[in-house]
Amino acid sequence: MYVAVKGGEKAIEAAHGWLAEERRGDPGVAELSVAQIRGQMSLAVGRVMAEGSLYDSDLAALAIKQARGDLIEAIFLIRAYRTTLPRFGASLPVETGAMRCDRRISAVFKDAPGGQVLGPTFDYTHRLLDFALAAEGEAPEAARVAAAEKAMPHIMGYLDREGLMEREAEGVGVPPDMTREPMELPADRALRLQALARGDEGFLLGLAYSTQRGYARNHAFVAELRIGAVAVEMEIPELGFAIELGEVVLTECETVNQFTGSKTEPPQFTRGYGLVFGQTERKAIAMALVDRALRWRELGEEDQGAPAQDEEFVLMHCDNIQATGFLEHIKLPHYVDFQSELELVRRLRREAGDRREAAE
Amino acid sequence: MSEYNFAYLDEQTKRMIRRAILKALAIPGYQVPFASREMPMPYGWGTGGVQVSAACLMPEDTFKVIDQGADDTTNAVSIRKFFEKTAGVATTEETARASVIQTRHRIPETPLGEDQILVYQVPIPEPLRFLEPSEVETRKMHALEEYGLMHVKLYEDISRHGAIATAYAYPVKVAGRYVMDPSPIPKFDNPKLGDCPAIQLFGAGREQRIYALPPWTAVVSLDFEDHPFEASKAAADCALCGAGDSYLDEVIVDDEGGRMFVCSDTDYCRARRAAGHVGAQGAPEGVA
Amino acid sequence: MNALLQVQGIAKSYGDRVGCTDVSLDLWPGEVMGVVGESGSGKSTLLACLSGQMAPDRGAVIYDTRDRGPMDVLAMSEPERRMLMRTDWALVHQTPRDGLRMGVSAGGNVGERLMAVGARHYGDIRARAVDWLGRVEIGPDRVDDPPSAFSGGMQQRLQIARNLVTGPRLVFMDEPTGGLDVSVQARLLDLLRGLVREMGLSAVIVTHDLAVVRLLADRLMVMKDGRVVEAGLTDQVLDDPQHGYTQLLVSSVLQV
Repeated sequence: MYVAVKGGEKAIEAAHGWLAEERRGDPGVAELSVAQIRGQMSLAVGRVMAEGSLYDSDLAALAIKQARGDLIEAIFLIRAYRTTLPRFGASLPVETGAMRCDRRISAVFKDAPGGQVLGPTFDYTHRLLDFALAAEGEAPEAARVAAAEKAMPHIMGYLDREGLMEREAEGVGVPPDMTREPMELPADRALRLQALARGDEGFLLGLAYSTQRGYARNHAFVAELRIGAVAVEMEIPELGFAIELGEVVLTECETVNQFTGSKTEPPQFTRGYGLVFGQTERKAIAMALVDRALRWRELGEEDQGAPAQDEEFVLMHCDNIQATGFLEHIKLPHYVDFQSELELVRRLRREAGDRREAAE
Repeated sequence: MSEYNFAYLDEQTKRMIRRAILKALAIPGYQVPFASREMPMPYGWGTGGVQVSAACLMPEDTFKVIDQGADDTTNAVSIRKFFEKTAGVATTEETARASVIQTRHRIPETPLGEDQILVYQVPIPEPLRFLEPSEVETRKMHALEEYGLMHVKLYEDISRHGAIATAYAYPVKVAGRYVMDPSPIPKFDNPKLGDCPAIQLFGAGREQRIYALPPWTAVVSLDFEDHPFEASKAAADCALCGAGDSYLDEVIVDDEGGRMFVCSDTDYCRARRAAGHVGAQGAPEGVA
Repeated sequence: MNALLQVQGIAKSYGDRVGCTDVSLDLWPGEVMGVVGESGSGKSTLLACLSGQMAPDRGAVIYDTRDRGPMDVLAMSEPERRMLMRTDWALVHQTPRDGLRMGVSAGGNVGERLMAVGARHYGDIRARAVDWLGRVEIGPDRVDDPPSAFSGGMQQRLQIARNLVTGPRLVFMDEPTGGLDVSVQARLLDLLRGLVREMGLSAVIVTHDLAVVRLLADRLMVMKDGRVVEAGLTDQVLDDPQHGYTQLLVSSVLQV
């Protein structure tokens, strides 16, 4: 006697209960607090804010905790929460030239006004496991130097003043908001940059790397990489002037790429641009390289058929929430479709068998 | 979940989706771009359908969700609970009692009526996608009604297999104009698409598209004159309720690979058994 | 009688480089026009402008349509132009890969244009595909093979069949014999000549190969630096070239 499988509801509840238990882990070990994650897993928090498109380190830390450290799952939680927030308007463009930099380096000049500031970087650490971290204890305090309050102008400005940089086209009005309007292809650069800024770090890393290995190579140098806090201002129509809403930490990367010039234009440098929430420098560099690769048409370069040049390919596949959802949906039951395939294949095989017999 | 608006989405978003739905109804089969929101369930798990349902639901509605024709599959349960929580609407498993039905992969067997809305979850709304990967190009093909390529695919099927080898998501032409993907329903369900008294709405969240079939729209499954479209199902009757006209799931019942066929539409099967129909391996309702 | 195609003052530049300029011609029904010149002479730009693949900067391309008489192709709506291109016009690319669907069987390739204009009977479509394959000397047993399984010459013949199956009146050909062995070229030219005569086709053939125009073209245009430097009956131009460049072109072939 066959009884149809029932009890989906019960199974789901039980699974959620088990999940909560696994999330907590061994109850003999102290529970992680959101504040600990925010303070001690700050790079993970930065990534979740960037790809979640929501600047809130407390919520990002909560999402990481809830997702058991699965960052894409955490980004997903943030995105779903973001949906429920009203949109008040657009801020004024942030002034990254006035950033209070924790880190600011240039690979194209030995030194520059404002100096090379390494900041809290892994760059020159030896990647040796530090067993002292496994033992409990406070980290020794870092040496401090009083920072001179000096301006750190954009390195690009120096090249620009000499006329060596391509002219950037003026942006037209408020850029589109891809979370409020459907993506329209072909996309302008503002929309592309927006999609890249919230795109998956791993996907952009792979694409950027492919350009370095020859799939639309664009000879990028890091003109400047800067990380720090900038003020966010918004024009309030009722007031008639802009007020500061707060600060966000951003990572900005500008690459300088050579352009051979054409008959009408002398050789000059072109720019790839990356700007990402949080301390997210791998992502910002990758974004700049991919941005530059996508500009081939506008700069009159050859279409090499490289993945990083294919706007539709890049933009339609860089979102990890779209990708992970669609990938994982094949876990859902598909037995109705499979049943129809099964019958079709059986029938075609039967007919092929009949034809063979008839032929013999 | 009182901190969320009725049916989760804010009113602005619902209005945006309703505008897209109205446009879709005005141009049957045309894929209307809409600014799909990130929902609290993954893309590919019905976000498009959920957003369309959220935009259609009113407090007085009765909501039904099916996946693979069944009300008790995990994803159907999950979506039904979502709206129970966020909209507090009444839910039902009975097709006839529902005013809004969200479905994945099936059309209910019980004929729909004029006061019902059927909302489909759509993974890939573009019927031409696997022939032409570029969205820019496929939109142009729709605009210019260039559908020769679609028939090339069917031609290739016949020349290779002797028959059109598409068993589900079988493409249709809507009101003599747009070629449309009916979502991955088995082609058995295709004849129910046309001349249907209910409103049929299709939502693709990840791909940001909504399209629709207004009531009583002509829907034709693509075919050749000498290889006509054929709705097919397993050549059996339901083992539980004896139905000979419903789409059947094949269930493996023992280690030797023994199998039986049962209605995929669980509500239809239940109702038939309640009315006293008994299949070869079934027992009257209330005994099992 | 109207000219089938009237081309008036076509010009196309790429930035400050001239593609072609001030090109005019009349093509009469059943007539084959050859356009010769070295690479960079503007002949491919001209063909692209005439066949609707590129919008010229100036000029008009007036085609004598079946139902509405002479119309400026450049002023047509996109759907009208595309309809024309898949019914009354044909375009044979130099590289078969550009003109074929490599993943679709030979039969499907030939059948596509029929299906695009509404053919919905599988048996008829297939029969016409097999018939056309035969006319371009491809056996009926190859109807289900993909073009990738064909030799270069066969691919080019398949491309011709795919183009001619809807009975077009005007064919554009871009170096139809380019990249083929000499013996294969000769066979293809023979085939083309037969089809042009048999179907009463009008054609514009762009090539750098004087042997091709000698065999196929009734009239000839010689292009250099984007301009037409000489035009006339093929035999006349080839046997008694007037312009210095044409003389050079002809003599360089004869010396070989």
